[in-house]
Amino acid sequence: MRGAEMRDWLQPHRIFLGLLGLVIVLWCATQMRWDWLPKYAPLMAEGIWRTIWLLVLSVFFGMLLAIPLGLAQAAGPWYLATPARVFCTVIRGTPLLLQIWLLYYGLGSLFPQYPWIRESDLWPILRQAWPYALLALTLSYAGYEGEVMRGAFKSVPRGQLEAARAMGMPRHKILSRIWLPQAFRAVLPTLGGETVLQMKATPLVATITVVEIYAVASRVRQDTFIIYEPLLLLALVYLCLAGAIVFLFRQIEARGPQVRRPG
Amino acid sequence: MGPLDLLALSPPGWGATLLAGLWNSLLIAVGAFSMGLVLGGLGAWGKIHGGPITRDLLAMYTTVVRAVPELILILILYFGVTDLVNQILVAFGHERIQISGVLAGIAVLGVVQGAYATEVLRGALLAVPPGQVEAAKAMGMPPLLMAQRVIFPAMLGLAMPGLANLWLIATKDTALLAVVGFGELTFATRQAASSTKAFFTFFLAAGVIYLIITLLSGWAFARIEAWARRGEPRNAGG
Repeated sequence: MRGAEMRDWLQPHRIFLGLLGLVIVLWCATQMRWDWLPKYAPLMAEGIWRTIWLLVLSVFFGMLLAIPLGLAQAAGPWYLATPARVFCTVIRGTPLLLQIWLLYYGLGSLFPQYPWIRESDLWPILRQAWPYALLALTLSYAGYEGEVMRGAFKSVPRGQLEAARAMGMPRHKILSRIWLPQAFRAVLPTLGGETVLQMKATPLVATITVVEIYAVASRVRQDTFIIYEPLLLLALVYLCLAGAIVFLFRQIEARGPQVRRPG
Repeated sequence: MGPLDLLALSPPGWGATLLAGLWNSLLIAVGAFSMGLVLGGLGAWGKIHGGPITRDLLAMYTTVVRAVPELILILILYFGVTDLVNQILVAFGHERIQISGVLAGIAVLGVVQGAYATEVLRGALLAVPPGQVEAAKAMGMPPLLMAQRVIFPAMLGLAMPGLANLWLIATKDTALLAVVGFGELTFATRQAASSTKAFFTFFLAAGVIYLIITLLSGWAFARIEAWARRGEPRNAGG
């Protein structure tokens, strides 16, 4: 396996492309302007950290919301299924940028009108931008993943749920031991891709003054009038993050038992 | 002024501004989607039938474009393409030009769409039963006629769900152009909202417009798929 992989990489055209890539990287490193890097490095590290933190929290809370959303659509009574479906349709049918601006500018201009909100202990938090960014990203992830989870819950064979019910298993136990674990396994590969999409959505929060890595790069551009270098570095950072997410999900997938797929 | 006055078409209302933005958004979405289809068709062909170098380059194209946020690609291409065109023009002794926002938007989103379309069309092309292609070859059908009569019809039904998704992504991605200050629907909405301070009214109105586009296109694509799959046996499970 290893040998075959090595040979794959040592084909003549791959070596040629690799060398070409190396030349391009060297040219970028020596010919472009990177003198701004030391000054902005701490800010960029902070920005990367904030991006990761937004991504992890929004994926976690979004998933917590997506499970009941999917369950309501797959098996709930109509008065739960309909609102869940409407929520998913609205979130998936409108641009995330619009949702972010609606929450930040809309709610942000509504809250200060109420004295009791301004006097509450939460006000110092509500005055900042990141709660709105986190809320918008969470709702967006929940909307897309609610739809994915609906399919996942439906894909678990009925016979298993019927067997569990016949054994007299209580409903919450059926969910936690049989339904949810299998639905989750079936959906893991999809979730990996969706999390990469979520990562690609994080720079949008820079438009509401959250200083994550994209905002830092924009500031470098505005301060120094250097256009391409910060953007190229930014692309590299996101490539690495995407690679890390894909790797992480492969690890999680490899740990559990393999799902048998029909066909 | 009430919400309806604000959305009125005549000048104190902002309805006309929003509709102009909507027109720009649709123009860019249609242009980018078409360009994506052309790039995707070429990409899928290259990935399946191309030589090793073509395949590696295409793999790099689809990987990079699908891993880097659209916003950053838009900025890189927006600045990069404008710069490149101007350098070429200057080199040939012409004046610098300002590239129109619509064209730049179509070009940028088209490149992004092309990467996704490559994967969608490649999957559909691979799913065409090889026996049918072989049969057409054995009958001595010329390649173009074979593409038109055998491969396209078989691909269309398979590619439709993926293409419908891509179209929806195209309409929503046009909103990203608001960040570079191009006057499409989201940008027009923000302008209207910040001048009147009626944030909820305008953002909700724009949301409803986007939602109507989504629902209408979902319906249309379902019709097209049903048409493309006419005559297929309905023995699929689930």
